[in-house]
Amino acid sequence: MINSSQIMQTIRMIKEDKLDIRTITLGINLLDCASEDTKRTAQRVYDKVCRVAKDLAKTGCEIEAEFGIPIVNKRIAVSPVAMIAQGDPLPIAIALDNAARELGIDLLGGYSALVQKGFTNAERRLIDSIPEALSRTNLLCSSVNVGSTRAGINMDAVYRMGQIVREIAELSKDNDCFACSKLVVFCNAVEDNPFMAGAFCGAGEPECAVNVGVSGPGVVKRALETVRGESFDVVAETIKKTAFKITRMGELVAMEASKRLGIPFGIVDLSLAPTPARGDSVAHILTEMGLEMAGAPGTTAALALLNDAVKKGGVMASSHVGGLSGAFIPVSEDIGMIEAAAAGELKLEKLEAMTCVCSVGLDMIALPGDTSAETIAGIIADESAIGMINNKTTAVRVIPAIGKKAGDVVEFGGLFGRAPIMEVNRCDCSEFVKRGGRIPAPLHSLKN
Amino acid sequence: MIKTIVSVVGKDQVGIIAKVSQELATLGCNILDISQTLLQDYFTMLMLVDVTGSKLPFMELSSHLKDCGEKMGMEIRIQRTEIFDAMHTI
Repeated sequence: MINSSQIMQTIRMIKEDKLDIRTITLGINLLDCASEDTKRTAQRVYDKVCRVAKDLAKTGCEIEAEFGIPIVNKRIAVSPVAMIAQGDPLPIAIALDNAARELGIDLLGGYSALVQKGFTNAERRLIDSIPEALSRTNLLCSSVNVGSTRAGINMDAVYRMGQIVREIAELSKDNDCFACSKLVVFCNAVEDNPFMAGAFCGAGEPECAVNVGVSGPGVVKRALETVRGESFDVVAETIKKTAFKITRMGELVAMEASKRLGIPFGIVDLSLAPTPARGDSVAHILTEMGLEMAGAPGTTAALALLNDAVKKGGVMASSHVGGLSGAFIPVSEDIGMIEAAAAGELKLEKLEAMTCVCSVGLDMIALPGDTSAETIAGIIADESAIGMINNKTTAVRVIPAIGKKAGDVVEFGGLFGRAPIMEVNRCDCSEFVKRGGRIPAPLHSLKN
Repeated sequence: MIKTIVSVVGKDQVGIIAKVSQELATLGCNILDISQTLLQDYFTMLMLVDVTGSKLPFMELSSHLKDCGEKMGMEIRIQRTEIFDAMHTI
């Protein structure tokens, strides 16, 4: 039997430390919707998504009420649209956005292409259409995988994505270039990720699956407050125990959602996902470890410990772990990161180092409005190289804030927060990114 | 049996247990166990409640109890016990 103090601990985690389930994401295979006519494909896509996910929002709300745990987002991830689109893919984008709105969910991901080794014709068309697709929809998210440890890095795709990011920014410049936050460029993208903007339902996934992303940086910070001054051995143990508890809750919600929706359970993503609210910050876990601010010397080591301990604690708490699993460091979505960036103590280069040891990559970072497509492509290339060489997922989600300069701030609101614009290295890399071709896969990709 | 924990937290006052128990009885919910502590005027009560016979669906029951709590200046939550079991037992 559970005792009173354990019950009160759980209640406090939810009430005071902002423990929540970040998302229940329903993966839906759309490959059977493909047809020769895009409009017919779009109609099939709309019908299937609406049919499979008809109870998603309602079920999420019921679980939230019965277990008393907030479920912040209900989302859908579909097969990469480039796999089903013959001809112009835009009608499918509109159909997906309409379906998401009809279902009352928060975001839908999968306007995606996997081009790490090269483009199919459909993938080229899809990538070209991303700026218009994101400016004509509200809930649709897009991702493009440009590299992998097995395939190397497609540098033609890297340069093209630099241009695409700029085009999206131009098209949404009246809205603080917000549409850029709905596109992520990956290396080693995973097929069962429940987090946006990069969620899609990969080719190896089942017909549909329930994937859950947990959160809870506030809970970890609170736990570390009780071990101030203790050694890192104690810090790591404390994080592991906390991560176990958080993940157990994610597992419970995932199983319950799976049972009620009649859809198989996929994975729990062992994640620490911040929000801009105070007390829900990954950066503040790092400062609790003894750093003045995120970005101080020691930040990468602190993040490495955190990321590893979260996985070790969480892995026993769930029957199937997957997705991105680790600590996220989106700048605009984390009050501690925002403060450090605004103070000029957290710079792009330090963030790049941090991405070597954390869950994903350069996330929700605002750049000066005059940052060129070539510079953005250079940043994508660097980040992809880190992912390729280290066998991990890396990603770039940057926002060139048109008309603004370093030191200004862009406001997105809600979970997306606000981002102080960071200075970018101005040295020219255009000759480098324009070479094209593929950076070969590293030696350690040959494992067989 | 649908077992839940009803937690009542707030500043101590006359009749908290009476009011919450009365409310649960009216709604058809069966109290299985109660524990209560008082720490510096801060009242915390945890009730193990079977809501199988509840006259209201769970979501309405939850918001009804929340409203009742607000009238008394207390915070009342109802949560299925599975969440506590999941978090604290292996």
